[in-house]
Amino acid sequence: MSADKNDHSPESHETDHLGHEGHNHGSFKSYMIGFVLSVILTAIPFALVMTGVLPTQATALIVMGFAVVQIVVHMIYFLHMNSKSEGGWIMLALIFTIIVVVIALSGSLWVMYHLNTNMMPMTHDMAQMGG
Amino acid sequence: MNADQLIPLIFGRLTLEALPLHEPILVVTMSVVLLGGLALFGTLTYFKLWGYLWTEWFTTVDHKKIGIMYMILGLIMFVRGFADAIMMRLQQAMAFGGSEGYLNAHHYDQIFTAHGVIMIFFVAMPLVTGIMNYVVPLQIGARDVSFPFLNNFSFWMTTAGAIIVMASLFVGEFARTGWLAYPPLSGIGYSPGVGVDYYIWALQIAGVGTTLSGINLIATIVKMRAPGMGMMKMPVFTWTSLCTNVLIVASFPVLTAVLALLTLDRYVGTNFFTNDFGGNPMMYVNLIWIWGHPEVYILILPLFGVFSEIASTFSGKKLFGYTSMVYATVVITILSYLVWLHHFFTMGSGASVNSFFGITTMIISIPTGAKIFNWLFTMYRGRIRFELPMMWLVAFMLTFVIGGMTGVLLAVPPADFVLHNSLFLVAHFHNVIIGGVLFGLFAAINFWWPKAFGFKLDKKWGLISFWCWVPGFWLAFLPLYVLGLMGVTRRMRVFDDPSLQIWFVIAAIGAGVIALGIAAMFIQFAVSIINRDKLRDTTGDPWGGRTLEWATSSPPPAYNFAATPYVHDADAWWDMKKQGYQRPLNGYKAIHMPSNTGAGIIISGLCLVMGLALIWYIWWLAAISFIGVLAVSIGHTFNYKRDYYIPEDEVRATEEARTRALAGTEA
Amino acid sequence: MSATATEIDRTVFHLEEEPHHEEGSSTMLGFWLYLMSDCLIFAMLFAVFGVLGGNYAAGPGPKELFDLELVAINTAMLLFSSITYGFAMLAMDRNNQRQTLVWLAITGLFGLAFLGIELYEFAHLVHEGATPQRSAFLSAFFTLVGTHGLHVTFGIIWLVTLMVQVSMKGLIPANKRRLMCLSMFWHFLDVIWIGVFTFVYLLGMLR
Repeated sequence: MSADKNDHSPESHETDHLGHEGHNHGSFKSYMIGFVLSVILTAIPFALVMTGVLPTQATALIVMGFAVVQIVVHMIYFLHMNSKSEGGWIMLALIFTIIVVVIALSGSLWVMYHLNTNMMPMTHDMAQMGG
Repeated sequence: MNADQLIPLIFGRLTLEALPLHEPILVVTMSVVLLGGLALFGTLTYFKLWGYLWTEWFTTVDHKKIGIMYMILGLIMFVRGFADAIMMRLQQAMAFGGSEGYLNAHHYDQIFTAHGVIMIFFVAMPLVTGIMNYVVPLQIGARDVSFPFLNNFSFWMTTAGAIIVMASLFVGEFARTGWLAYPPLSGIGYSPGVGVDYYIWALQIAGVGTTLSGINLIATIVKMRAPGMGMMKMPVFTWTSLCTNVLIVASFPVLTAVLALLTLDRYVGTNFFTNDFGGNPMMYVNLIWIWGHPEVYILILPLFGVFSEIASTFSGKKLFGYTSMVYATVVITILSYLVWLHHFFTMGSGASVNSFFGITTMIISIPTGAKIFNWLFTMYRGRIRFELPMMWLVAFMLTFVIGGMTGVLLAVPPADFVLHNSLFLVAHFHNVIIGGVLFGLFAAINFWWPKAFGFKLDKKWGLISFWCWVPGFWLAFLPLYVLGLMGVTRRMRVFDDPSLQIWFVIAAIGAGVIALGIAAMFIQFAVSIINRDKLRDTTGDPWGGRTLEWATSSPPPAYNFAATPYVHDADAWWDMKKQGYQRPLNGYKAIHMPSNTGAGIIISGLCLVMGLALIWYIWWLAAISFIGVLAVSIGHTFNYKRDYYIPEDEVRATEEARTRALAGTEA
Repeated sequence: MSATATEIDRTVFHLEEEPHHEEGSSTMLGFWLYLMSDCLIFAMLFAVFGVLGGNYAAGPGPKELFDLELVAINTAMLLFSSITYGFAMLAMDRNNQRQTLVWLAITGLFGLAFLGIELYEFAHLVHEGATPQRSAFLSAFFTLVGTHGLHVTFGIIWLVTLMVQVSMKGLIPANKRRLMCLSMFWHFLDVIWIGVFTFVYLLGMLR
């Protein structure tokens, strides 16, 4: 919400929410670019894991990185994400959702890791606790 | 197949034993409700009102009527939730010196669970939703919300949830787990009965309604504002509504997911929250509070908006610090996602995690503090009128601030280690919910009632209610702070230490005073309706309002505005009055409106049947009603003709009647 | 609305022409908001998988259970269905009703293939004793992947309904809006699947 206040001048914003905003529908070319990119970004991670040519750590990082990139590819070429649709509200909603998801995911992993370390029934010595 | 095999197939685990005929309190309640219900149904049938109710109310897509129905639902459930409270206070005041009180554990545990569930989900949420539904479209100069059918559907889903909770009183039992139903207690092993299943399905069904209504109001505020109303010219109540609905859409899915996982554990035998096979009950607590904390901000933010409107209107002054109010609201919205762990400091996440969340919790009190100062500065040097809404604002500021401060106290993890799950905690959250949400709702009701119904509420009975509520609240909850600091745990049924009893007795007296306040409020409604001609307001603007809802007649016509206003400034209506605005007296056009529909109540009714069937393991009925939900929903999409036009003549007739009424007032 | 804000007189409170909200003007935003809420539900299921996904309870783990070749085929089915839906949208933009319906049908077939393979995989796992009840890992696995599959199922039901409605009423604005919503839904499901095959299957094999 705060991003919106800085980005839009009062004049341009006052009536644009009334008008019909053309929705970006893409083209054959953009769909094909998205498709080809997605195939590549899928095939490589599968190949890396199935063949195991790289060490585990590297494979994991590459696989995760490619996933993020492919999601962006999908957003741009299939979902036609841009910062203009619906006066920027689509992008704002996406960013807010991503923030909440990141907080909830990373927060949960962090919290649960600590809870499990301290609280799960295991034989561990007390010196391990208080992390 | 003989009868022994056939009956469970048809009725699942539902048997005659599910009727609590051995519990005298419940038998009395059932009889009263049955008789009252029969009387009501009988009266409606005798006066042939069913047709009227169906066409004018049950199938309406008018946000104003839906708002009123939400309020009625919330107020009815309030009586039930408060009855639970009185029962608890009585039990706790009595159960000393060997006395077991009058409630056994089986019953008492359901009461404190139901009290929490009902007050949060079926009182506070509907009342808050009702007010936002009624007021927001009017404040932004719109004719209705973005998705009128969904609005109707959301209301009926919430009602279906309420019916499920009420049904548990008479058939079967309710959960005995507390309002958040932590596993493993809420798992199938420790709660094999229907109680937790009632809880789950009531919340899931109502939750769908709430989430959809959140989407609806965000879209409405983003897309349906009158021309000229940029974001920074919206009324503050609309801003808080926007942030509230963002919180709803961004938090209720978490509740949906967590309850679904609990459901799978109970119905299918999965191991998410079990003690064995790799399950982790602490994950439930973690996830449910990721929802739970934004939820409390969902409850309070709209009322912060209400208080902003009331502070400026009854001080006759522009709200102080509009921009900082908006920023504070947005900051609260975002920060509310960073504090959830403070609800379980004691679960064992350790010092580093606890410190982080303790600090964020303390930080989140700052923007709220900024708001309090802004309200005070609005009142400073204003021409204050101590009408009831303003009185509730003052009571809120004194009550809520103290509750907030006890919250900051609890935010300190070492302090919380002593006070977690004590009566101090119970006092804190009632302090902020009653002082903030409830006082805000009373203020809102007194403020906007004239708009909705065309006559003011009786002031005398409103004052009686006020002066019972405010001292009553303090009488009921100050003792709980004391008890909490002395170490008394929450949800206790019986006590050993006789020195504690006096505090519980005072609290019970406080609850009694509150009961008088509630009675006075309902009397206020009745007296006002009876005396409505004397209390009539024909101007549509009885308080000298500042925002667009006061530009319409009271009640507004179905279409709200014959001609959509153009907005130049925040406090749009005040601006119009200052500039000498004259209502257009001609040039009326036909107005495009959405049509009523029965699909909402029908689909919700089918969901209600499905929920009850799932609770009682009546699988065939669950399957059929689920298919019914799908079929009716899909069928509804084949109806493309969902609108109509109010003819120009009708618009003209309505507007000319208003012109005459206004002339009569000025004469 | 053509009026520019700066030129309207301070005493004018109604525009010449009554502003008109086009029918369905809120639909895209409203549906996107619903998708964001759905995204959150999936995020929570991912969180649960992240926290509980290592709890095998002395039962089978990813390495014993996952058939990456099958998952690769499945992924391809879904990806193809995404591109064919894209072609359906292009045909819709050209107002070609027949082509739209053809591409929608092909999309549906790819979707059914995806579901079929997934159901086969689930049946195989259950047959091997790797049931959802066996461990928290398996509970989380079946729920996350199964919820995605349920969404695909509903998407297919919706797709068939829309095909009927387009056949009946043609590519009227209301049907176009609905097709655009289903488009968002369908691609969104493919986005979620990227998360699933990465974090559940691929990283599962690396644990």
